[in-house]
Amino acid sequence: MKPQPNSLQEFGSTALVWGTAGLVTLTFLWLLGDILAHGLPQLSWTFVFASPENAGREGGIGSILVSTGLIIGVCMAVALPIALGTAIFLAEYFRYDWVLGRVLRGSLDVLAGVPSIVFGLFGNAVFCYALGLGFSILSGGLTLACMVLPLLIRTTEESFRMIPVEHRLSAAALGLSKPTTILSVLLPSAIPGLLVGFILSLGRALAETAALIFTSGYVDRMPDSFLDSGRALSVHIYDLAMNVAGGNPNAYATAVILVSLLLLANLFSLWIAERWATPNRLPA
Amino acid sequence: MNPKTHLTEIFLGVLLSAGILCVAAPATATQGKLVITGSSTMAPLVGEIGKRFESLHPGTRIDVQTGGSSRGIADTMNGLADIGMASRSLNPQEHHLQGWVIAHDGITIILHRDNPVRHLRDDEIREIYKGRLTNWSLVGGPDAPITVVTKAAGRSTQELFLQYFNLSSREVQAHVVIGDNEHGIKTVAGNPHAIGYVSIGTAQYDAAHGVPIQLLPLHHIPATMATIQRGRFPLSRPLTLVTKSSPGGLVKTFIEFARSSTIHDLILQQYFVPPAE
Amino acid sequence: MISSFNNISSHPQSDRLWLWCLRFFSLVAGGIVCLILTFLFLESFPALQHIGLLAFFTDADWHPTETLYLLTPMIWGTVWVTCGSVLLATPLGILSALFCHYYAPPFLATWYRRLIELLAGIPSVVYGLWGLVVLVPMIGQLHPPGPSLLAGILVLTLMILPTIMLVTHASFAQIPFAYIQSATALGLGRLAIIRSVILPTAKAGLITGILLGIARALGETMAILMVCGNVVQTPSHLFDPIRTLTSNIALEMAYALGDHRSALFVSGLLLMGMVLLFVILAENIQHRARHEATT
Repeated sequence: MKPQPNSLQEFGSTALVWGTAGLVTLTFLWLLGDILAHGLPQLSWTFVFASPENAGREGGIGSILVSTGLIIGVCMAVALPIALGTAIFLAEYFRYDWVLGRVLRGSLDVLAGVPSIVFGLFGNAVFCYALGLGFSILSGGLTLACMVLPLLIRTTEESFRMIPVEHRLSAAALGLSKPTTILSVLLPSAIPGLLVGFILSLGRALAETAALIFTSGYVDRMPDSFLDSGRALSVHIYDLAMNVAGGNPNAYATAVILVSLLLLANLFSLWIAERWATPNRLPA
Repeated sequence: MNPKTHLTEIFLGVLLSAGILCVAAPATATQGKLVITGSSTMAPLVGEIGKRFESLHPGTRIDVQTGGSSRGIADTMNGLADIGMASRSLNPQEHHLQGWVIAHDGITIILHRDNPVRHLRDDEIREIYKGRLTNWSLVGGPDAPITVVTKAAGRSTQELFLQYFNLSSREVQAHVVIGDNEHGIKTVAGNPHAIGYVSIGTAQYDAAHGVPIQLLPLHHIPATMATIQRGRFPLSRPLTLVTKSSPGGLVKTFIEFARSSTIHDLILQQYFVPPAE
Repeated sequence: MISSFNNISSHPQSDRLWLWCLRFFSLVAGGIVCLILTFLFLESFPALQHIGLLAFFTDADWHPTETLYLLTPMIWGTVWVTCGSVLLATPLGILSALFCHYYAPPFLATWYRRLIELLAGIPSVVYGLWGLVVLVPMIGQLHPPGPSLLAGILVLTLMILPTIMLVTHASFAQIPFAYIQSATALGLGRLAIIRSVILPTAKAGLITGILLGIARALGETMAILMVCGNVVQTPSHLFDPIRTLTSNIALEMAYALGDHRSALFVSGLLLMGMVLLFVILAENIQHRARHEATT
């Protein structure tokens, strides 16, 4: 796609797009630079592995990393299958304007707008007390799963709907059954969209504070089981930045770790996408 | 199809291990476990006390959760928590609960460091918060509008402040409403013409560590942890542990430990004031 | 939808099992929605009963400790901050996605996307901290007090831009290459292809992206609480401090008891009502967009 010569519009739009990208990049580099400048001086291997001391002003974040990992693990293990199943059901088994589907879709969108603190109080009432899980990693993970569900379902459904009808027709012509069509023809083509949903939800889950204070809790000890209370990274950042005098340096350092974790997760999912999606891709 | 089956296996594996851990969990839990909920101001302190308690009494676990003073009191009443934390004294309606003061905290007026004003009379502060005194030049400062910072309704710091200055929450004309102490300090540090009030310990720590704020004296009594300890500073509040009736067993041991002088170093470390002997 | 439901070589048994699994998952998803909505209703019921829905719109002010429960200023606060940030983030997000796909050299596009993906996961506390320490003092020098609607809009724009950009990007990625090939073969320029092929084809995806962005903006709490000033008032200009429905909940929930606590859940209920209105609106637009795309 070469721009046509002598086209003022073409030039203008190109400048606009590059300008936007430049602006966005600069703003974000400013933000990231700010975090790095404050956080990098504190970083060391001991910070990553040690447990927090003196309310987090000293020591590290080892136990908090473990708790966060467990919470995210529970969240994704629960949310992914539900989201995938629901999205496939919505996208492949019903016309878009099927009433029940529209209702489900609409209520999921409403759920996406419920403030996270309400999720927190909900999780506290249902998982912590009604189901008797107490302040625990399990409660936190389940609450987060409810929270990321709309995001996961909507992006997954969208990526299924974007697949051209021809794929389904060809699969039907080959005599493939519906499940086989979905699993081996449609799912691979939907991978880019699925991954975006996954990354967005992972980000949302990692970044969540309000919902976790009331469910997975505040205890910064190394967790022994899924029923232990465990503090998540973002709760730790919030506490250090807003509640503990002199916690700022370690709050920034923890934010640096969180950002690096996210980068790793992104690279990993990219790697999965390349391994899994490419062979099934249609010739371009 | 191959990658898909792998994924299923991984997923099943995760589920299974989650299940096993869940089943195994109750067996590994120790008998002595205390759940403490409440004030976010107290949570870091009580958390540290809990850690020391655990190391002295192997086999016990002290889980500290935040959620605000009201929650701490409500949880204690409902039996959801063994001990509640309240950063205020108990009010008359809560007479069926027992309060145990473990430390004190003061409230100080803070200004930006560059503000030349070094002292404000109580009535001046009241007029500023009522929105009748709106320029620093009227109290000997620069010609600049005053930015009034107050705490959100219901917080114990706000209640105490209003009570001391004889204000009602409707009278306060604020420009900024804040939540936590550090929120207030960061707001004032970023605005040379702001006035706010926060916990003394936090403010003293930050002022000593290069944050551009200053602590105003009240009635010429400097706002320091020392004046609170001597009971001279007029604006202070008790940090209270709350229990249902008279406690026994582990709860009792913990409260005795939290009120003993062996943890005074922890109280000072968290910038609060140990109770006078 | 094209269906292989009655395909002759399907195995009815396993197909049925598969279908029941899907139904079960959808049921769970629907159940969770119902549970949370019921929870919200139950918690706000005492306030609705004691105070009455009307009082939330007609009281003189919001002073729950003195039994005044006006919520309209916070509704306006929420509306303005959301509108502002979505109006800013949508063009930026779509242009960013276009940049990645059709303008940037592949190397740059990959890095740009990775940067945006990173931003999607930065906790709102960190955005709030940055806003409070860097952005708010700058605005304060321009026009005191500093914490303001403008600060909220700017921080929120940064927070929802990744959502809009990434979802848009994904729907661009799924446009069949043949469409672009044919358009190029017709001699269309880059701008023309984007305008007449890419944007219309990806329309539904664009709308989903914006929708998720708006939902995120409406529900955002911590960052808004840190930079917006939280004064209960209907903003008259960009430099006025505001309080949103969400920050109202977060600020006061920990210290609220009885009707006050229940009134805060009514804030949540109202917010949900707003989202619902907006979802119905969006559903209609999206429905039309899809209809146009298929005919």
